[in-house]
Amino acid sequence: MPFIPHSSGDVQDMLATIGVADVDALFDEIPPAIRAKGLTQTPPGISELEILQLMQERADQDSGRICFLGAGCYDHHIPAAVWDLAGRGEFLTAYTPYQAEASQGTLQLIYEYQSMMTRLLAMDVANASVYDGGSGLGEAILMALRANKKGEGRRILVAGSLHPLMRSAAYNVSRLQGVEFVTVPVVDGRLESAALSDLPAAVSLVIQQPNFFGGLEAVDQLTDWAHAAGMSVIAVVNPLAMAVLKPPGQWGQTGADIVCGDGQPLGIPMASGGPSFGFLCCKQAIVRQMPGRIIGKTVDLEGRTGYALTLQAREQHIRRAKATSNICTNQGLLVTAATIHLAMMGPEGLARAAKASHANTRQLVAALTDVPGVQRTFSGPFFHEAVLTLPKPAVEVRDALLARGLLAGLPLSTYDSTRAHELLVCATEKRTTRDIDTYARLLREVLA
Amino acid sequence: MSDIPRDLKYAASHEWSRLEADGTVTVGITDHAQEALGDVVYVELPEVGTHFDAQGEIAVVESVKAASDIYSPVSGKVIAINDVLEDSPETVNQDPYGDGWFFRLLPDDPSDLGGLLDADGYAEVCANDEH
Repeated sequence: MPFIPHSSGDVQDMLATIGVADVDALFDEIPPAIRAKGLTQTPPGISELEILQLMQERADQDSGRICFLGAGCYDHHIPAAVWDLAGRGEFLTAYTPYQAEASQGTLQLIYEYQSMMTRLLAMDVANASVYDGGSGLGEAILMALRANKKGEGRRILVAGSLHPLMRSAAYNVSRLQGVEFVTVPVVDGRLESAALSDLPAAVSLVIQQPNFFGGLEAVDQLTDWAHAAGMSVIAVVNPLAMAVLKPPGQWGQTGADIVCGDGQPLGIPMASGGPSFGFLCCKQAIVRQMPGRIIGKTVDLEGRTGYALTLQAREQHIRRAKATSNICTNQGLLVTAATIHLAMMGPEGLARAAKASHANTRQLVAALTDVPGVQRTFSGPFFHEAVLTLPKPAVEVRDALLARGLLAGLPLSTYDSTRAHELLVCATEKRTTRDIDTYARLLREVLA
Repeated sequence: MSDIPRDLKYAASHEWSRLEADGTVTVGITDHAQEALGDVVYVELPEVGTHFDAQGEIAVVESVKAASDIYSPVSGKVIAINDVLEDSPETVNQDPYGDGWFFRLLPDDPSDLGGLLDADGYAEVCANDEH
């Protein structure tokens, strides 16, 4: 279906046919008091050349620094073919797939994405994606409340080791439905099992793996505890880490009930923090409570395989106010890129990237803790991020290293003023030994 | 012209009710309703033991194109649900007054059924529905 704009001649012809003087007259029904008077705060348009020059200036400010920053958005290698293919017109401008007969390519791709995610996470069903990890967690929480048959509870236990931005996004999505968050205490950078029995009864337990500090939680123990206490388990995971860690569908005796997270590590550029996509998966028994689009595979009247949106009675366009969510879209282009990325990397490639990230972070932590005054803040195992305690405030160190061409990491004081000397560092598979040696050398300089 | 058995009671929202010998009430949706909905793909039934007020939203019936709330015809407690519908929701289309029943209530007050429509009253509702 081509996009053909109207010429002014076309517009005049149409107006003449319907007997209307001008386009403005078509909006006569809108009361003058609520009409917009134009974009008064927006400067006039600039030329293509001027915008390119402006963007180039901005881009120059961002480039050329070695990245040791993680905290939810990671500098992973994306094979060139991923965006070369995702940028093709068929993918880039494909419309939303509500007309199955005109969208088989899109639908098949999303079905393959869903299939890959269920395998990666060991879950029964995946949806076609949501906006990002944080809003996805909000949806997962609302889903857990709907799926709860044991009463009218609105309380959710949330790991104290959950990424603060994910927590606030999830809270903003769910708070208007009366949700109460209770924080599970953190000791030595992880959830403390001894503290669990002191917590009040709740509908669900949210666990992030690896957690915000890069550490690994005792997921089997936590999952079994939650299920024994009558709660469901919501797992928030890094999809790359799941190539080497136990996937949430296999946590504890019966696995996590709902799984969500941010898909940025799967072929999505950092792009100053967005856009991204959120994945959402669940057990078959609660699939009717899952929001978002779900693509199903079926056969047509002639027995040929075909794909279509399914279980649509959950959604806005059918249930309206009773729908599982107000979301009525998915992050189609980013899911396309992630699917191509997953297909190209395969399970082995993904595992290699994950292991290399882990190995590089171990090397980074060893090199930096060798610098006088620098030590690990927490003692447990980590995936590809760790927290270091510095002899000076982390913000100062971060700024000094930025001036020397290095993105050092995230100062934890960004979210917690009691952690002024702590820095969250990350090394992906892209960091070289030379990068790590450079960081150690510059850190020594800055701390001297 | 849909089938409207004369021995049943009806609500304007297209549920039928049958008073059983033991004082319980069996409830389902009418032939007119199943026809309008199209192929039923899922029925969400209440938990046994839950109490509902009259006109309370007690169940949901989903077809390929729509999802409709089912309202309790009288106040009462759910004492049974039709498990057949879990695996064979199409039973609602095939036999709406027999095997396609939804749930059974123990009414708070059996005389409440008197407030429901009879077959003629319901036939009028259907006639007004046609457009």
